[in-house]
Amino acid sequence: MNILLMGNPNVGKSVIFSKLTGTNVTASNYSGTTVEYTEGQRNWRGEMVDVIDVPGTYTLDPTNEAEEVAVDMLDKGDLVVNVLDATNLERNLNLTLQLLERDIPVIVVLNMWDEAEHKGIEIDIEKLEEYLGVPVITTAAVKNRGIKDITYHFDYREVVDSDYGSTEERWAHIGEIIENTQHIQDRKHTFLEWFEDATVKPLTGIPIAIIFMYLSFMIIRFIGEGLIANVTEPLFEIFYRPVVTQLSQILGAETFLHKLLIGNLISGTIDFGQSFGILTTGIFIPFAAVLPYIIAFYFMLGLLEDTGYLPRLATLVDNIMHRVGLHGFSIIPMILGLGCNVPAALAVRNLDSKREKFIASTLMAISVPCMAQIAMIFGLLGPYGGQYLLHIFLILIMVWFTVGLLMDKLMPGFSSDLLLEIPPFRIPSMTTVLKKLWMRIISFLEEAIPYMLFGVLIANLLYILGVFDFLATTFGPFLNQVFGLPQEVITALLIGFLRKDLAMGMLAPLNLTAKQLVVASTVLTIYFPCVATFVVLIKELGIFAMMKSAGIMLLTTLTVGGFVNFAFQGGSFSLLGWIIIVGLLIAIRYIPSFGSDFEERLEA
Amino acid sequence: MKKMTLHQLNADQAGTVLEINGGCGLEEKLNNLGIRPGKEIVKINESFIGGPVTVQIDHTKVAVGHGMAEKIIVEVA
Repeated sequence: MNILLMGNPNVGKSVIFSKLTGTNVTASNYSGTTVEYTEGQRNWRGEMVDVIDVPGTYTLDPTNEAEEVAVDMLDKGDLVVNVLDATNLERNLNLTLQLLERDIPVIVVLNMWDEAEHKGIEIDIEKLEEYLGVPVITTAAVKNRGIKDITYHFDYREVVDSDYGSTEERWAHIGEIIENTQHIQDRKHTFLEWFEDATVKPLTGIPIAIIFMYLSFMIIRFIGEGLIANVTEPLFEIFYRPVVTQLSQILGAETFLHKLLIGNLISGTIDFGQSFGILTTGIFIPFAAVLPYIIAFYFMLGLLEDTGYLPRLATLVDNIMHRVGLHGFSIIPMILGLGCNVPAALAVRNLDSKREKFIASTLMAISVPCMAQIAMIFGLLGPYGGQYLLHIFLILIMVWFTVGLLMDKLMPGFSSDLLLEIPPFRIPSMTTVLKKLWMRIISFLEEAIPYMLFGVLIANLLYILGVFDFLATTFGPFLNQVFGLPQEVITALLIGFLRKDLAMGMLAPLNLTAKQLVVASTVLTIYFPCVATFVVLIKELGIFAMMKSAGIMLLTTLTVGGFVNFAFQGGSFSLLGWIIIVGLLIAIRYIPSFGSDFEERLEA
Repeated sequence: MKKMTLHQLNADQAGTVLEINGGCGLEEKLNNLGIRPGKEIVKINESFIGGPVTVQIDHTKVAVGHGMAEKIIVEVA
């Protein structure tokens, strides 16, 4: 049996989904498209029932790919559970009436019932049932209320025969329903409502955003470092070290297999960070060095997503995003990219035009380092002090902005305007946050481990076969002159295509100076996305656009890497460096624009 | 009664949506978010250096891009 959860975005569908389903939850792509939906199972009266969380949609007249999928899925369902936000009954009923016209059983769930009561909204459920002709259930999913009532109706199979006519007639009918079923008492503004407004007004919202982002950053570092120092490293030292040491002795230090599995012994013992064997560094980096930060990041991201803060951030950065040819919503793929560039490249498809997709993907791939890489940057540069870390992010932000400005100027076409619902602040459901965190950790491990082990294997083979030596002597002089990096770094750049965190790990034994680490970290971020991201980008943008994007990446790498090597001295940019940066930004203003202006953008 | 664009409306001022001066696509998009003729709308904040206008409609807040806000005609009592 297939149960479809359908409704507008932001109605708490996902919370209901996570309460309805067990731990066996999978996110999959809808066949033929790149739209993701989640599916889970529930045991219901001795039968396994599939519950599908359909992408949120406002209408069955699809306006984008995600909505097309939502409509398409109707054919697969035995029952539609239409989830509505009780505090926004009128707008939500538009989808409900469209669903009722279809040839499929529907039950209606008024979620956020507690919030509606709190806001002084009274809805006459019996009358609403009469109007719609289907069962209406009230829930407060976050508080676990009413979830059971939904399951009681899983075998509901009556199809109502309704036709509400044209769009205008449908809205008129909705007006009549609202008139006769809903009564609103005016309540005083609460502090929370005041705060909700304050977070979108620029004068108060921007300082609040800076505080939130700073706090998130600190919390991520605190959790990440804490887990490494107190959990993962001790676990590796106590339980894993004896195992691999034993194996190392059995294999014998100079054998081929030892080289591959254990790697080099550093002053007679295994160094998890530097030995570089499949079973040492290949296991240590993903599980001990990176996973803690992945957990920390996705936990914070889940909280930000489920409180409803991200749309607010999107409105605050809207005007900055317009400068680079995007609108505020594009901040979402950028933030996702800080976790992993792959889901970010997938999120770009929610943008409207080809031009925006190209700009957003390129900017994301060029200047947003993933958490796996950031974790390794923290590990390598952390000991040298905060200003080096700060400069890496400062450089990447400047790269993002400059490349974005240039693309907006030089690319013909238009970009669209922001239109976004700002949901109220909500207390996140811990079940949902943790379930989402779990799914993201699993998908990180599935993605990272194979590439990681393969990367270590390839690196060792290339090293043993002498390919690396050849590359190092061929490209070494170039690396040295432009970036000021030793020739061995070429191996990291090569392996970085497989995994950026592994590439960062390969820098560890090279004894680079702090400045060289800054250059290498920025170059490793900018030069190319990892292969997983690369494949997604080719699928999303097409091979031709991706080649253009890759060209921009290489050009940016040479310019930025060379510039940082030239202008970054003793932990900060030289005065001349700053003069060049400011001069460049001013010069860009005077480049004639090939993109359309604001008014024309809107017409399309 | 005064007619003006949503963009011209002052912050914290209320108005009634009169018409949407855009193509079918824009009208549909706005309708789906509850912005349609006859609805009362309160502007929460002005566009700040080209940023979006945020409005309250029933119990929803919607951020409307600066350009779109100029296409929405409201009537103020």
